[in-house]
Amino acid sequence: MATENQTIEELAGKEYKYGFITDIESDTAPRGLNEDIIRFISAKKEEPEWLLEWRLKAFRHWLTMEEPDWHNVHYPAIDYQNIIYYSAPKKKTELKSLDEVDPELLRTYEKLGISLAEQERLAGVAVDAVFDSVSVATTFKGKLNELGIIFCSFSEAVRDHPELVKKWLGSVVPAGDNFFAALNSAVFTDGSFCYIPKGVRCPMELSTYFRINAADTGQFERTLIVAEEGSYVSYLEGCTAPIRDTNQLHAAVVELVALDDAQIKYSTVQNWYPGDKDGKGGIYNFVTKRGKCAGVNSRISWTQVETGSSITWKYPSVLLQGDNSVGEFYSVALTNNRQQADTGTKMIHIGRNTRSTIVSKGISAGFGNNSYRGLVSIQKGAERSRNFSQCDSLLLGDKCGAHTFPYIKVKNTSSKVEHEATTSKIGEDQIFYCTQRGLSTEDAVNMIVNGFCKEVFRELPMEFAVEAQKLLGVSLEGSVG
Amino acid sequence: MLEIKNLHATVDNKEILRGVNLTVRAGEIHAIMGPNGSGKSTLAQVLAGRQTYEVQEGEVLYRGKDLLEMSVEDRAREGVFLAFQYPVEIPGVTTSYFLKAALNSVRKHRGEEELDAMEFLALVKERAKLVEMEQSFLQRSVNEGFSGGEKKRNEIFQMAVLEPKLAVLDETDSGLDIDALRIVADGVNKLRRPDNAVIVVTHYQRLLNYIVPDFVHVLMNGRIVRSGGKELALELEKRGYDWMKVEATVEAGS
Repeated sequence: MATENQTIEELAGKEYKYGFITDIESDTAPRGLNEDIIRFISAKKEEPEWLLEWRLKAFRHWLTMEEPDWHNVHYPAIDYQNIIYYSAPKKKTELKSLDEVDPELLRTYEKLGISLAEQERLAGVAVDAVFDSVSVATTFKGKLNELGIIFCSFSEAVRDHPELVKKWLGSVVPAGDNFFAALNSAVFTDGSFCYIPKGVRCPMELSTYFRINAADTGQFERTLIVAEEGSYVSYLEGCTAPIRDTNQLHAAVVELVALDDAQIKYSTVQNWYPGDKDGKGGIYNFVTKRGKCAGVNSRISWTQVETGSSITWKYPSVLLQGDNSVGEFYSVALTNNRQQADTGTKMIHIGRNTRSTIVSKGISAGFGNNSYRGLVSIQKGAERSRNFSQCDSLLLGDKCGAHTFPYIKVKNTSSKVEHEATTSKIGEDQIFYCTQRGLSTEDAVNMIVNGFCKEVFRELPMEFAVEAQKLLGVSLEGSVG
Repeated sequence: MLEIKNLHATVDNKEILRGVNLTVRAGEIHAIMGPNGSGKSTLAQVLAGRQTYEVQEGEVLYRGKDLLEMSVEDRAREGVFLAFQYPVEIPGVTTSYFLKAALNSVRKHRGEEELDAMEFLALVKERAKLVEMEQSFLQRSVNEGFSGGEKKRNEIFQMAVLEPKLAVLDETDSGLDIDALRIVADGVNKLRRPDNAVIVVTHYQRLLNYIVPDFVHVLMNGRIVRSGGKELALELEKRGYDWMKVEATVEAGS
């Protein structure tokens, strides 16, 4: 502790050198955002000068930008000067046993089939189980090291592999790409970094779960994954356990780069706090995710299951630059109660003979509002390219909404684009059929919804798919009755 | 097994059933016949508990319990099975998964152990033979892309797996060619036991050549106007329903 304090004091001293004027007594920056705050964050993280400059550039650009309003979601104006942009990861108050945990949370864990040990870890109970997961993670790291795979927090990457970070950071999502990405670029605090060397096939699913220090990455997360020539990686983000966070605004950026013949599979299960029945207190999730198929024959697949947050705004996209590259987007987005989701993808075909597939399943229940927004752009040089899109919406009840905004731009004559869309309501006859066979109404609805999502779930790694199915059930609770 | 007393039911405020009385004992097969719109399917749906129909009057006792008080799923778990006239499609859900969930919820209700995947597979393989079903259909989505005949066979197959006490077959013969009709009827006959009962709702006498009923009832204008043995069905086949309509009107007027 003493040395830690010392370091902080030293850093605080340094900050004055950079012209930081606010009096720093704690590990938390004052509310608001200005260049000094950014210098403070950068200094706290002991970042190299170039990264600070990169942040400042992003910030200056952000100041000239306006918050987008083209989306189909509604929320009260966000006061960006009333947010704390840096707060050192706090030590969680440790609980002695599960008895001290909110019973509501335990009930959800149980429904999701989370083991007791895992429940304790998630709820922050101090037990040996935590050490178990540490040792698992250590073995795991050793194996990855042997293969030359780098998998660490973003801060560690900046410290240990600055040349890689400098080379690829912002290469897919430029610092000034959009309002929320620019904000993230200016103030991001941590995230994940992953580098797969040439020709290496990562032998296991990389999951943030194994990255012990992934906890408390905060509201402005930054992820960068680089797959060198001929490599392969499958990456899992998030978990099905409900995540409670006191920060309402989240603006993450994820960048993926796949070089020649490389493949990246990125799977997300997002279950942030959706707010209460009236929509109070949920997370605003404004995410920019983009992959670049930079090399020939490369492939990037996004699979997402979005059930949380009160607002979801994300469009995981693929730039198909290399010839013969492939982009895929498989999505399930569920909105219940007052949740709103505006999500979809962009497939930008640049290289020749590029292919993309979009399968989007939107489920609306309660007063939920679900929009699919997608762009398929086939540029002039992207000869003989193909896209297939399928957007299906399922409505439960008559107070919810489903919307589809597909944009298609084709600038050559040798390419082919297909778009299919359906909207259906869960039929009273379907539910009656299931209940007549002995299923409860709740089980019937879960079964019908899971059947609807099947094409997406089969893209998920096995154990993730099972969890995702259970999660849908929990998220739909109270939507029928 | 089943006792229906003075059952009245409406749909959209229109009275369809106007005082149905019917008693079914264990081991019996009853056929309910009648012209279009006489209320045959309504009776089947009311027994299964469909909410579109509103029961205005009367009572239904099923194995000593008030059936009308029970939820749809509880009726099913207690052994009431409806073979649908128009089986419903459930995209993305395999027949195998659907039926396993159904069977286990019934078994759980009965206080029996739930079957694991291996036990379930052994059971369905055996039962699929009853209706000459290819096993591959177990991996297909429930009724999706099934032909009319396959859908009806799937209904009887489900009945074979769930082993209901009271099965109501709602126009199971409609849309079947003669071979499929024979297969479906054979399946029903093989499932017949002293402790279960079947109600066959049908337009035509044809099915009754294969599933021989103990009793035949004629439903008209929401009432059973005549009951008899299997020979009644043959008479209807010959004479149609019109002659009975006259009798029914006379009866109602008196």
